[in-house]
Amino acid sequence: MSILFTILFFIVAIAVSWPLGYFLFRVMEPGPKLSPLHAGLERFITRIGGKFITQGSDWKEYSIAMLIFNALIFAAVFLVLLGQSVLPLNPDGKGPLELSMIFHTVASFVTNTNQQHYSGEVSLSYFSQLALMWLQFVTPAVGLAALAAICRALSGSTDVGNFYRDTLRATLFILLPMAVIVGLILAFSGVPMTLGGTIKAITLEGPEQLISRGPAAAFVAIKQLGTNGGGFFGPNSAHPFENPSFFTNAIECLCIIIIPMACVWMFGRITGRMKHALVIFIVMGSLMIACAGLAEYFENAPARALTGLAVAQNVGNQEGKELRFGTEASALWSVVATSTSNGSGNCMYDSLNPLTLLLPLFGMWSNVAFGGVGVGFINMFMYVIIGVFICGMMVGRSPEYLARKVETAEMKVALLALLVHPLLILGCTAWFAMTPLGIDTVGNPGSHGFTEILYEFTSAAANNGSGMGGLKNSTVPWNVVAGIVMLLARFIPIILPLAIAGMLAAKKPVPETSGTLHTDRTLFGFVLLGSVIFIGALLFLPVAVLGPIAEHLSVLTK
Amino acid sequence: MNNIEINQQIKLQRRHSRKAGIFEKKLVKEAVRQSLTMLDPRIMVGNPVMFVTEIGAALTTMIIISDLWSKSPDAGYTFIVAVVLWLTVLFGNFAGALAEARGKAQTESLKMTRRSTPARKLLHNQQTEEVPSTALNAGDIIIVQAGEIIPGDGEILEGAASVDESAVTGESAPVLREAGGDCSGVTGGTRLLSDQLIVRITCGAGDSFLDRMIALVEGASRQKTPNELALTVTLAGLTLAFLMVTATLLPIGKFFGTVIPVPTLVALLVCLIPTTIGALLSAIGIAGMDRALSANILAKSGKAVELAGDIDTLLIDKTGTITVGNRQATEYYPLTGVDTETLAVAVTVASFGDQTPEGRSVLTLGEERLGNKFPAEDSNAKLIPFSAQTRLSGVDIGSDNYRKGSFDAICKYIRQQGGTIPEELQGVVEKVAVKGSTPLVVTENNRVLGVLELSDILKVGIQERFARLRAMGLRIVMVTGDNKLTAATIAREAGVDDFIAEARPEAKLEYIRREQKQGRLVAMMGDGTNDAPALAQADIGVAMNSGTQAAKEAGNMVDLDSDPTKLIEVIEIGKQLLITRGALTTFSIANDMAKYFAIVPAMFILAMPQLGIMNVMNLATPHSAILSALIFNAVIIPLLIPVAIKGVKYRPAGADSLLRRNLLIYGLGGVVLPFIGIKLIDMLLELLKLA
Repeated sequence: MSILFTILFFIVAIAVSWPLGYFLFRVMEPGPKLSPLHAGLERFITRIGGKFITQGSDWKEYSIAMLIFNALIFAAVFLVLLGQSVLPLNPDGKGPLELSMIFHTVASFVTNTNQQHYSGEVSLSYFSQLALMWLQFVTPAVGLAALAAICRALSGSTDVGNFYRDTLRATLFILLPMAVIVGLILAFSGVPMTLGGTIKAITLEGPEQLISRGPAAAFVAIKQLGTNGGGFFGPNSAHPFENPSFFTNAIECLCIIIIPMACVWMFGRITGRMKHALVIFIVMGSLMIACAGLAEYFENAPARALTGLAVAQNVGNQEGKELRFGTEASALWSVVATSTSNGSGNCMYDSLNPLTLLLPLFGMWSNVAFGGVGVGFINMFMYVIIGVFICGMMVGRSPEYLARKVETAEMKVALLALLVHPLLILGCTAWFAMTPLGIDTVGNPGSHGFTEILYEFTSAAANNGSGMGGLKNSTVPWNVVAGIVMLLARFIPIILPLAIAGMLAAKKPVPETSGTLHTDRTLFGFVLLGSVIFIGALLFLPVAVLGPIAEHLSVLTK
Repeated sequence: MNNIEINQQIKLQRRHSRKAGIFEKKLVKEAVRQSLTMLDPRIMVGNPVMFVTEIGAALTTMIIISDLWSKSPDAGYTFIVAVVLWLTVLFGNFAGALAEARGKAQTESLKMTRRSTPARKLLHNQQTEEVPSTALNAGDIIIVQAGEIIPGDGEILEGAASVDESAVTGESAPVLREAGGDCSGVTGGTRLLSDQLIVRITCGAGDSFLDRMIALVEGASRQKTPNELALTVTLAGLTLAFLMVTATLLPIGKFFGTVIPVPTLVALLVCLIPTTIGALLSAIGIAGMDRALSANILAKSGKAVELAGDIDTLLIDKTGTITVGNRQATEYYPLTGVDTETLAVAVTVASFGDQTPEGRSVLTLGEERLGNKFPAEDSNAKLIPFSAQTRLSGVDIGSDNYRKGSFDAICKYIRQQGGTIPEELQGVVEKVAVKGSTPLVVTENNRVLGVLELSDILKVGIQERFARLRAMGLRIVMVTGDNKLTAATIAREAGVDDFIAEARPEAKLEYIRREQKQGRLVAMMGDGTNDAPALAQADIGVAMNSGTQAAKEAGNMVDLDSDPTKLIEVIEIGKQLLITRGALTTFSIANDMAKYFAIVPAMFILAMPQLGIMNVMNLATPHSAILSALIFNAVIIPLLIPVAIKGVKYRPAGADSLLRRNLLIYGLGGVVLPFIGIKLIDMLLELLKLA
């Protein structure tokens, strides 16, 4: 049953991603022949944006537009959260949040991370939640826009498009309609959709209970589709109002992955290199399927505390699981949500078996097994460049990618882009692990406690946002440092690859011959897989050993 | 020692230096000394990977002192780590120094050709003045006589002579050099065997191609090539990444209550950073230039050699490269009523006096076909040489006249003789012409016997060679003065992609420009002055050493052998250079997996005994595990020096098969080999009770 579910899940996901990829392509790069509806919509955004959004730009202008736009949305939502007590749609009279918490929350949502140090239904008004929901639409659109720009550059154009038009297209024509469809499905399946306040209920035992609700269906739909992951309720998709049934669980899990998968096809279509895209898709897919398989396998072992006790040993690790999902669907979700930069959860990661936890961590360290909307592919692009450079020499030509030579300038930028991720994770983890900033906030001693710190920074740096739990992360240092990590880890790895693509586009194309490294063959798949594992993942091997692996082994040897 | 003896000695040295083994005693001695002086941090800083290793070694050395001070039981271990670290640095230096020493050994003999020799300078008043060759400037006119050494590079103004160029090329057969043609260049240090030459010096002492190449091979003026620079940046980036990994382990260790000793951290760092390629990178570059020189190629810069690997289009002259020099007799076509033997005998007799290569080939064909019926040469025969008026040649023996010539010439001749031209002749002639060959009509008295086919003979194995080049993705373009029909035939037979027929120098230039517009890199070889513009336009222009000064200056390489097939070798050297770099980088990074498995459990085993299970190689003790990985990391450098210097074996093949092969050997092999190596070293250490 479980294997069947996983297999079926991936088959459906891949099947949906293919036409969706074509759809993304048609929206981001509308050709000359448009349907009347599409043409009308294009005219509509041109009218609202005017000349401002029709002008093309080079990669530098595009990056600057992106930064300005993000600074503006940061400021806007910061003000909303700061003033939520006086703003409308606050039926429960929620007060203002602490300043560092606001910084962290806004940084988290602007960067498409959605790491939450607060509990949604407890701390935020509906207006604040709506402001965050707006970010959940806009920030994946920024990722899609950046990817579209990179694809244009890689197909040889120095004009990479217009950031505002791309973002508008992605928000209005892709994310909004998809969210409406998914939202409706969820609402019909029992997810609440209301602006009414908290309900008071008298429980069977007599005491009064406050039950939070709100416009959850809309929120959850875009949370899943845009690799956002920030739950409307604190427990995220484990909460029965966010994810009431096995069916909604399957739909929500599917929604996490379809756009990141479709991004690969979009790349193939814009650059006209479908076979190359297929190779990348297979590499990403193999990584994700391998992780999912391992996670389910590890999670089928009973929890360590129960090992050897007189309880059923063959039901897997049920600790921290929702019984309506079971271990397999929970393990699958934990991998899917972390390999992409979604970061939502339908179970308690703190209670996963230690080796299972290794897989979400691996997913976030590599951050390429489909990755975030748009940005996942952009991360993979860096590994492609490194792989092409090192292995490309082995065919006896100076390395080239998509008919452009890869030289010193590009390598400098590519390495910088790749270094940011481990620097933020390892540097900050070491810092917090040696000081009370981290030591005093961990929920457990030893390896597990270390993993809590490691996980939090990994999640921030991968713009994932998932939380392992256990960590008391609502302190000012955690808010500030994690906030800064998310901002750096979002924009540096978008702008630097965009720069490389722009630099490549400015070069004279070289003809492709049988002497050229072929990026559309199986062999290149191995090159790419090798670069991800040896350059992306090996950097994290020591901390993996000290955290989850040591914990697992200590359970074994006990 | 007189000039001739010096010349002889140079020749021997030059041959010897090419055959020298990689670890020849004299070279090793020189390299060891050099590698110690290279420890200077100001030199090391140019190589980020090895610079970091040196800092680590220095740091560990200082820790020995503090270990001794505090009577730490680890002092012995720290000492061994320090020793291995210094060895790693020295091995790296040694690799570079050895490559340089080899280069020097090769240039040593060439440099002797640059030694001061007396030169006779021609003054304005037609008097000569004896000056040392080192005092010659460009533009000076000198006189050289038979037996003398040519004092400098120059162009012949007057005279023709045979020259022994073995001191420079290693080839002992003398070559002809003459004024005015495409063979007017002479090289300093070569010896005039006959006659007298008046030469205009074209390069002042120390300024010629050869001087530049010597500097390049010796590493003195070697600048990093673009690709080498990009790789250095990449390696520096990876080093930084692993520096981050190891540096953060110190505070993280504290979280677990472990203090990781600094020597262990340094050992981990040095094992992880790509020291293998970092150490061998400069050796690979120098050895590439060295290989070029061994192939008798002088390059203006290292960049040119590297660029050769990227060439897309090859412009190749037909004559001498694709076909064997001149046309040769290949077939008889007797007319009706004439048997082949009669025709063969007639044309053989007609060619007895013909000293042209074509004429000689007729005799060769005759010997082959007629066997013992080959006619004896008649001493009374009267030779009729080819003349511009008759455009035929032949022999008169008594009253019998044998002639051979072109169709038009023979028709005229036969009519004069009162004979008739058989109707079928025109058909036979056309049949031969359509094949791209030249038909020669043969007559005996006033009777037309038949037609002899003269055709271009492809060089042995040229088709296979072209097939391999095309598999590598190269476009081969044949350049010929022949008409389109002939050119097309040879092009088809040789298997080239395109041809330029009835080629004028401008046609080459235009073709190169057109290819470059499509982004292709073009290589060509040339010798004449009218090749100069095309040589300058081509991305790789190889001028023949025998060629004119203009050609040599326009190109970016000179081939001392003046061998037209040399382009192919140049391309292979360029490709091999890149492949070697890529393969060793891949190997270096692939090694990290095993090193992690050796070192990481060993580091934390005290705090977390459960990590013992990760010791998959079952290494004896934590210390021996770390040392084994570190020692493996060090000794792999000298072990790979032969690969760096000789280059990864290169087979002309498509990108896919090259990549598959190299990935398997250096990628997969790079993962597996250290597991075995580290285990063996560990066993050895245990045996010696060193750790």
